[in-house]
Amino acid sequence: MIARMRRYAIENELLYLFLHNRIAQLAALIAIIMIGGAVLAGFVAPTDPNDLASYDLLDSLLPPSWSEGGDARFFIGTDDQGRDLLSAILYGTRLSLTVGLLSISFACILGVSVGLTAGYLGGRFDAFVMRIADVQLSLPAILTALLIDGIARGILPQQSHDDLMIVVLTVAIGLSLWVNFARTARASTFVEKNKEYVQATEIMGMHPVRIMLVQILPNILGPIMVILTVDLAVAILLEATLSFLGVGVPPNQPSLGTLIRIGTEYLFSGEWWIVAFPSLTLIVLIVSVNVLGDFLRDALNPKLR
Amino acid sequence: MTALLEVQDLTVSIPSRFGEFTAVDQLSLNVLAGEIHGVVGESGAGKSTVGSAIIGLLESPAHISAGSIRLQGDELTALGDEDYHRLRGNRISMIFQDPQTSLNPLLTIADQLVETIQQHRRIGDREARQLAMELLAETGIENAEQRLDDYPHQFSGGMRQRVVIALALCTNPELIIADEPTTALDVSVQKQILGLIRNLAEQRKVGFLLITHDIGVIAEITDRVTVLQHGKVVETGPTAAVLGTPQETYTRALMAAVPRLDTRLERFRNIVTEDKRIDGESRWAVDGASAAYASNWLLGGDKVARHHTAAVGRSTERPDNALLRVDNLDVSFGAHNRWFSKKSGFKALSDVSLHLHRGEVLGIVGESGSGKSTLAKVVVGLVSSSDGTMQFNGATLPDGRHRPRSHLARRQIQMVFQDPYSSLNNRRTVEAILTEPLLFYKLAAKGPDTRKLVASVLELVEMPQRAMLKYPHQFSGGQRQRIAVARALMARPDFLICDEPTSALDVSIQAQILNLLKDLQSNFGLTILFISHNLAVVRQMADRVVVLRRGEVVESARSEDFFNAPQADYSQQLLRETPSLDLLGSPG
Amino acid sequence: MHSGMLTFIARRLLQSVFVMLAVSLIAFSLFRFVGDPVAQMVGQETSLEDQARIRDSLGLNEPITTQFLTFAGNLATGDFGYSYRTRQPISEMILDRLPATVELGIVSLIISLLVGIPAGIYTALHRGGVLANTLLISTLVGVSIPTFVIGIFLIFVFGVQLGWLPTFGRGDVVALGWWKTNFLTLDGLRSLLLPAITLGVYQLTLTMRLVRSEMQDVMKSDFIKFATARGINRRSIHFNHALRNTLVPVITIIGLQFGGIIAFSIVTESVFQWPGLGLLFLDSIRYVDIPVMSVYLVLIALMFVVINLLVDLLYVAIDPRVRSRSEAS
Repeated sequence: MIARMRRYAIENELLYLFLHNRIAQLAALIAIIMIGGAVLAGFVAPTDPNDLASYDLLDSLLPPSWSEGGDARFFIGTDDQGRDLLSAILYGTRLSLTVGLLSISFACILGVSVGLTAGYLGGRFDAFVMRIADVQLSLPAILTALLIDGIARGILPQQSHDDLMIVVLTVAIGLSLWVNFARTARASTFVEKNKEYVQATEIMGMHPVRIMLVQILPNILGPIMVILTVDLAVAILLEATLSFLGVGVPPNQPSLGTLIRIGTEYLFSGEWWIVAFPSLTLIVLIVSVNVLGDFLRDALNPKLR
Repeated sequence: MTALLEVQDLTVSIPSRFGEFTAVDQLSLNVLAGEIHGVVGESGAGKSTVGSAIIGLLESPAHISAGSIRLQGDELTALGDEDYHRLRGNRISMIFQDPQTSLNPLLTIADQLVETIQQHRRIGDREARQLAMELLAETGIENAEQRLDDYPHQFSGGMRQRVVIALALCTNPELIIADEPTTALDVSVQKQILGLIRNLAEQRKVGFLLITHDIGVIAEITDRVTVLQHGKVVETGPTAAVLGTPQETYTRALMAAVPRLDTRLERFRNIVTEDKRIDGESRWAVDGASAAYASNWLLGGDKVARHHTAAVGRSTERPDNALLRVDNLDVSFGAHNRWFSKKSGFKALSDVSLHLHRGEVLGIVGESGSGKSTLAKVVVGLVSSSDGTMQFNGATLPDGRHRPRSHLARRQIQMVFQDPYSSLNNRRTVEAILTEPLLFYKLAAKGPDTRKLVASVLELVEMPQRAMLKYPHQFSGGQRQRIAVARALMARPDFLICDEPTSALDVSIQAQILNLLKDLQSNFGLTILFISHNLAVVRQMADRVVVLRRGEVVESARSEDFFNAPQADYSQQLLRETPSLDLLGSPG
Repeated sequence: MHSGMLTFIARRLLQSVFVMLAVSLIAFSLFRFVGDPVAQMVGQETSLEDQARIRDSLGLNEPITTQFLTFAGNLATGDFGYSYRTRQPISEMILDRLPATVELGIVSLIISLLVGIPAGIYTALHRGGVLANTLLISTLVGVSIPTFVIGIFLIFVFGVQLGWLPTFGRGDVVALGWWKTNFLTLDGLRSLLLPAITLGVYQLTLTMRLVRSEMQDVMKSDFIKFATARGINRRSIHFNHALRNTLVPVITIIGLQFGGIIAFSIVTESVFQWPGLGLLFLDSIRYVDIPVMSVYLVLIALMFVVINLLVDLLYVAIDPRVRSRSEAS
């Protein structure tokens, strides 16, 4: 059994490379811990920062527990409203990850279906889609996201805007990232389409939709996985940036971006921890996702080996 | 006379995660000045590694673990990095396989030549340029002076290879290693390049180490030859002796596997003793599956009809009652007619007419760009025609654009492709790949029956049944091509199109696949359109031959007549230029 | 110049016009359909008749195509309309803010290229070296740190802790006509430093990673192997042969980098309260100042289109294959 597993590990390129890449393993471990912490925020967090009764303004701006004036109840201190920073970060990570994953799934599904179709059909549809992609590429992701966010603000009344913010953010970030998926899917489809195994099914008279989904899609998953990982980092970064700029999640909901935004106001008065810990969390999260993305990219790129 | 290059007991090891792999094992060979020494072997024989080792460009982690390389008595394996680099170009140079990628696309030919010359000799720009021009002229480039300032992409493939040779030559090296220098070229160009190499060796007294998989090339120009298998020398000696009267079993078998232009063999001798087991397990089998079961199924109800219509001794030169008939076919690419521009496009086929009777094998021959693959694609419906008609089985065969997905011909006509590495979907099991046609054409209902059929057809193409549980990437090229043939058979076709089915394979594997196709053809009376650039291969398969050149039919004749007395000038030229093993006598 | 090349350029121009039209269409729909322009312009107390009069005078009752053509025409002639929030002409607001963003962007682009390209070449040529690995790991961290965190960190260290550099605003500027520049005063230059580094770091890491991977690909190509086999000296192989081929794809990306710079200038300007276009845009989003948003959108798209055109021309200059391909078509 063990021998068989070992042989599988040698034959499976990706697994082999992963087992011999300490940095990638570390990144995966950190990512799993952070995702776990975020998913289980309700259980592991000392308090619920969304529950008004759980915090007290009297506890505001307390430093980390180990420094002078710290309070053992609040391990890494409190924010301006007296919320436990650790709990806020856990809940904030959950929100950031939720938005990141939702928006990247949205971008992936939209981009891959468009790119796959465009690459396979070619011709007018392809030209049309690629023109749209050109236009969109001429507007950087963050700009697109800001713009969609701005439009949503214009259309939706203030109250429902706050309620729908997660949806608006997901759509805004998703729409600003779909182009990457579309272009990658299209380029890979283009390569696969000209391979003989696809021609064989065309000769048979198989339906194009079936050719795309059953034959081509499984073969282009590699590069899409890379984009998925790399752009997950971008999506998390975008969410944090939008929230930091004050146009993302509403300020009363802790996300990493809003926490940092609050923290900057206290930077000059010496309350560094409000900025430091959320920033650190954000950086570690994005670095580990990026390391995994890099690993996948190198592992799936035969040119580098 | 002492040798220019003496290689002794050279061993190259490549550590990998599967353990240490010995790519070259205790190889010894000598090259004299002015001599062309061939190194021949099938893929995986380690022949390219020998070349890289000699010029000191082994890619890490490969390294020389034992042995010595001496160039005019100087030991090279002991040289440091910098000393070795000074030696390159100066004393040893190299020619690579693909002239399309060997030249820097952003620099002119003059830039690259002058830089190389000045790297090794202290001469002025003007002098270097003059030298560059003379070299181009020497390697057979016309208008050398004007062409100096052209960029690589402005040259054709053959011309580029001449430029590459000029670059390898411009430093007056003692030894040139040529790694498959003509593999990417058409036969006519190949002949010229080989002639050029021969001349240079004689006139400049340069030693050549010519690495190739092509025994025809070896026979054509080498003085001595070393045959490699699995990194070991099998046999070495004067070319005529080694190829003419091979001493070793492997060499003899290898020679027997090479298709000859002058004779048609009924079967090739199988030289590979392949381990039929996969994962060491061979006893996996589906109940009741056997090659006989597959044969019965393939012959089906119209067994009798097929055998009677199989063309035996009947004249097939006339198109009446042909299974496939193509009349005045035109195909052009890139033609468009828009509001601002009108383009006639590139004509891939023009006015092509041919026909093919039941049970007949028609060979289509031509160089690259002759339109032979386009022809296959039109027939199967991948490419649309711009003019002309096709008939299949007595009924009109609509072209790609107008052929409905459910058209009967889509099942009856099946295709075997050139590249077994891209013709099977790597993400599906062999079983899924082979079951697909059965279900798609509703030849069998999903269930134990389909499995039995898949296993039986695998047996028929001489693959173990267990192969159905695996993925294509777990098989070698030859095995994949068998699976590809099996896939075509799963549709119970009347008509098989084989587009260069063996050109990606080693000669021993090629022999196996040709045997398989011959067997299938004679057992099931299959009609085959066999496309190849290799005349010798076509000779082994075809009853009749059609020669294509730039999209036009040059000649159409019975195979025996064609190979004995070709009529068209172009056919004669093609036959003349194909490297021949004539000097070696009949196969042993 | 060959006629083929002219058609190539003409075709690219045509594409650019298409992009501009599409973007102005988006901008127009923003302007016209997001919220009611009249309601935004007038106060609560304006009578319905007055509103109707304004609606008419704005041309909002015309057919939609006419409205779009007027809108596009106005944009093309530099008439950008008025801000809902400040009631100022948008063109004035833009001209006031433009120099700040342009100077910030140029300095950070220079920083990113000047450091990024050599560092990329170094890491590609010294694979596995200690310095190369350190650089590589730091770029991975570099792309992962959000721009605003970098800004905050720099403010904290150089502004709060050390007190060396100003942390917000442009500082003293000198007016050259309508263009106010940071380059001519010490305070202006000091104020520029932190924002420019903040904005440059991300682009720098991107540049470096890109140059590295392109260069590595080129170093594995056949013609480099052949040049090595001919004994061409390493320096020439690296810089004359490999680098030249690396630059072809790198130029495209540098074109796209402008995009990154413009986008992230919004963030940087917000962190440092740098009075540029980004801050203007951010305010317009916060206060739903639709006309400013749409004008900003069109301007950014214009910049992109112009830069991409320049990149195409550079391509033609560097790569002989592009030259002949464009001639052939």
